Amino acid sequence: MAEASSQARKVWAPWNEPGAKPFVRIEGVTKKFGSFVAVDNISLDIYEREFYSLLGPSGCGKTTLLRMLAGFEMPSTGRIIIDGEDMSTVPPHKRPVNMMFQSYALFPHMTVEQNIAFGLKQDHLPKADIAERVERMINLVQLNKFAKRKPEQLSGGQKQRVALARSLAKKPKILLLDEPLGALDKKLREETQFELMNIQEKLGVTFIIVTHDQEEAMTVSSRIAVMNHGCVEQVATPSEIYEYPNSRLVAQFIGDVNIMESRIAEVLPDRARLNVVGIDAPVQTGRSVNAAPGEIAWVAIRPEKMVVSLTPPADTSVNCLSGVVWDIGYLGKLSVFHVRLEDKSIVTVAQTNRKRETERTITWEDKVYVTWSPDAAVVLLA
Amino acid sequence: MMISKWSWFNKTSIIVGFSFLYIPILLLVLYSFNESRLVTVWGGFSTKWYGSLLQNEGILGAATVTLKVAAMASTMATILGTMAGFSMSRFGRFRGRTLFNGMIYAPLVMPEVITGLSLLLMFVAISLDRGMWTITLAHTTFAMCYVAVVVQSRLTSFDRSIEEAAMDLGCTPLKTFFVITLPVIMPAVASGWLLSFTLSLDDLVIASFTTGPGATTLPMKIYSMVRLGVTPEINAISTILIGIVAVGVVITSVLHKRREAQRAKDEMLASSAP
Repeated sequence: MAEASSQARKVWAPWNEPGAKPFVRIEGVTKKFGSFVAVDNISLDIYEREFYSLLGPSGCGKTTLLRMLAGFEMPSTGRIIIDGEDMSTVPPHKRPVNMMFQSYALFPHMTVEQNIAFGLKQDHLPKADIAERVERMINLVQLNKFAKRKPEQLSGGQKQRVALARSLAKKPKILLLDEPLGALDKKLREETQFELMNIQEKLGVTFIIVTHDQEEAMTVSSRIAVMNHGCVEQVATPSEIYEYPNSRLVAQFIGDVNIMESRIAEVLPDRARLNVVGIDAPVQTGRSVNAAPGEIAWVAIRPEKMVVSLTPPADTSVNCLSGVVWDIGYLGKLSVFHVRLEDKSIVTVAQTNRKRETERTITWEDKVYVTWSPDAAVVLLA
Repeated sequence: MMISKWSWFNKTSIIVGFSFLYIPILLLVLYSFNESRLVTVWGGFSTKWYGSLLQNEGILGAATVTLKVAAMASTMATILGTMAGFSMSRFGRFRGRTLFNGMIYAPLVMPEVITGLSLLLMFVAISLDRGMWTITLAHTTFAMCYVAVVVQSRLTSFDRSIEEAAMDLGCTPLKTFFVITLPVIMPAVASGWLLSFTLSLDDLVIASFTTGPGATTLPMKIYSMVRLGVTPEINAISTILIGIVAVGVVITSVLHKRREAQRAKDEMLASSAP
């Protein structure tokens, strides 16, 4: 037990190891449809056994990128290399990848078993091997009772599992998942996320998943590539993306955030001081900034990293805003306060409800102080 | 206020409408069992005209030719029409696409006389001996556009991701067509075949234009017999044709009903599943 936990604690991050060889290399890939640039000069390295997410709003090019990995689209320029092999001229049916489709794309005229066996039959494996592998896949996704059913006789969650089993049956080097949980309801989706992670861990297959659901990406991924308008904005682990977004766009796309336009006042090796434009509130950060004093930057602070209180803090000269409670949202485990500052802008603060609501002291129209620690603020230059 | 379901007006409409449609046919069926040789005089019940049909080699020969032509023409039309419908639905947008699309439909509205005449001219121009084969070719030509239309409209609602899934799982594009696409669109292809078969079966005009010595189809035979006067034999053969068509219609609708019932059952199963 102790050993297992110590192993789990060892950080697995091949992307930080200098000698590690990427399993998938996307090199300067651009895809144009007519004059529309769907994917704009993207380069990514994906390592073996990763659970890699392409995250972005619809139309950001993430699905096009996935389809290029599967071979359904060819890059206009650039190369895709999978396990050391250039895929440029390899048609879909010869690639060592399998895809799970958003619509599941189950063959309607075949039973669950036949669907799962389809890929194996294309490899002309002996019948006994196919039967054995199909049974193992059916066990893996717990569909034993439904093996003889046709896709129309299955619920959405079951179809999803058939699609997963079918795409994993051939033991692909990489599994591509296109919005795999998009059609499921919220509860089932959450359960399935964990199931996906377990299966990925058990089989050791590299997963590349496309999603527009940031929570889903945060839950399942080893790393996330945030995409927008055909470009990659940031590639990092879920916690890095959340804690250290590199732009306002990423910060706003992942979770809630307060963003305040500020002017840099002072840059030191271990910290920086800024002034929020409009209300002239000084902000100090726990990290240095790669910019010169006088430049405009944006201070980003997550709502849950701020504290709202009725009494002024000991030091009101820095990292402190004052305002009036404009709105309160009670969400059960936390309350969200919308605090209106002098310049009429709104700051959102989330506070865990440790006490019963009856004891809540802050109410509408109260004058409150919003504070945060220097480590909570992130300075964004873009 | 709604007009009651069985109001006087509705009843009359139904009776008049159905009388218009079916009284002539009923009359024909009735007289096919007429003992008398005179068509308009009832001479008692008899099935002797059906018996004499079996002796009539002219009619039997024409029936054989008709069935052969219909089977061959509808099969060829189905193959060609499926290919055409498939290609039309798969080509992306290109200049003149609408024109091409329209050209597939054009033979549907072309007067049969013109289709027949143009085919005749072509057969003469390439000096093809006219006979059963030329009728088959002619029927293939006009039936294939019906098939193409049916198949094309089925393919517009076809989820192409299942083809991609098949290729993704290692299936070549050609094999994908035969093991995935074709089985899924099979009902449309089958109804295209049935449609072609029926069209070929009852075509008189185009067959008359493109036929040659020795190849007489049943409609042509009936038509030529009628010119010499309607005989109870004609009534008998027509009754048989009506019977065949009726059985076909009944089978199709039963199959359709069954499929509906199966679908309802599937939905029940799917929704009861956890």
